[in-house]
Amino acid sequence: MDMQTNFLDRLFDAGLLIETGVDGLYGRSGEFEDVIAAFERLIDRFGGQDGAEAMRFPPGMNRAYFETSGYMKSFPQLAGTVHSFCGNDHDHMSLLKCMEVGEDWTKEQEATDIVLTPAACYPLYPTVARRGALPMTGKLFDLQSYCFRHEPSKDPARQQLFRMREYVCMGTEQHVTDFRQSWMDRGVEMMKLLGLTVEIDVANDPFFGRAGKMMANNQRDQNLKFELLIPITSVAKPTACMSFNYHQDAFGTKWGLNLEDGAVAHTACVGFGLERIALALFHTHGLSTSDWQEDIRKILWG
Amino acid sequence: MNETIRDILAKVGNLPVPAADLAQDADLYAAGLSSFASVQVMLGIEEAFDIEFPDNLLNRKSFASIAAIEVTVSQILKAQEAA
Repeated sequence: MDMQTNFLDRLFDAGLLIETGVDGLYGRSGEFEDVIAAFERLIDRFGGQDGAEAMRFPPGMNRAYFETSGYMKSFPQLAGTVHSFCGNDHDHMSLLKCMEVGEDWTKEQEATDIVLTPAACYPLYPTVARRGALPMTGKLFDLQSYCFRHEPSKDPARQQLFRMREYVCMGTEQHVTDFRQSWMDRGVEMMKLLGLTVEIDVANDPFFGRAGKMMANNQRDQNLKFELLIPITSVAKPTACMSFNYHQDAFGTKWGLNLEDGAVAHTACVGFGLERIALALFHTHGLSTSDWQEDIRKILWG
Repeated sequence: MNETIRDILAKVGNLPVPAADLAQDADLYAAGLSSFASVQVMLGIEEAFDIEFPDNLLNRKSFASIAAIEVTVSQILKAQEAA
């Protein structure tokens, strides 16, 4: 924890992250954003020729889609829902009175149709399902979104609102598992170019509760999730900066994603934790990009 | 025990085939048991037999077939009696 708080304080002092008073909710400096923009261009250089269809969704998604996704079955502790005041004049007066005396004014807030996006690809599946059958050659999508996960922490690499860049592949089992493997290779190559120490390991999602323990064990047993890890605040427990997920036909079945021959599509996604990668770079090469080695700067900025 | 397990599978297993017709060693995942449904089955069995699965048995293998579930439950019951 000390290492995490220490790095967070150094990031604040350097002005790279901007404190807001809430753990895991930070502003970013121009220099920090410049690193993220440069890294996204590097992603484009590796994946840009694959013919992905780009889509950008805002960081909120349709609550109905969120409910269908089953997120609350697995990660109720991480979800963030958007609530608003929906009352009349009388209710407004009560609300103001409540705030004035310091009582809980949020109790009367009502759920809106929007939920904060938990992963960049969540709005994609229902969108693609509406289009009809997928070609037998599969489809590839390029996404990026701010995502929300309710997990306040002093670890700068565990933020509550952060950006995820994703490629999502839909098609046959062979097609999507090949896609996942190719990005595991590319991910390692990219991070090595940037002078980062990487390892890839099998992983599991933070499923909730005892039932979640079983979900996590199942996910590991089947090698469904791998992570690319880079030391940021700990060498013993390096941080997941990329993840490589094979969903089998779970999302295909859930959303009715079918191939032209009627078979249920398999899906896989590869995610980049953009803030985490920027933090890994700052941690490894120093808090000022102008001091970074020339070869690293060249890869990022040409 | 066999009947109770089949009842639980029928109730929460969400299988496309009747649980009563499954062979003892039929692969439940191949029969359509989803990852989430297997968790529901686990919770149903814990309640029915008043047991708690230790972490090392919370995996796919324990729920791979009706026979496998029986072995796992017997093992836990025996360990609880011994404790």
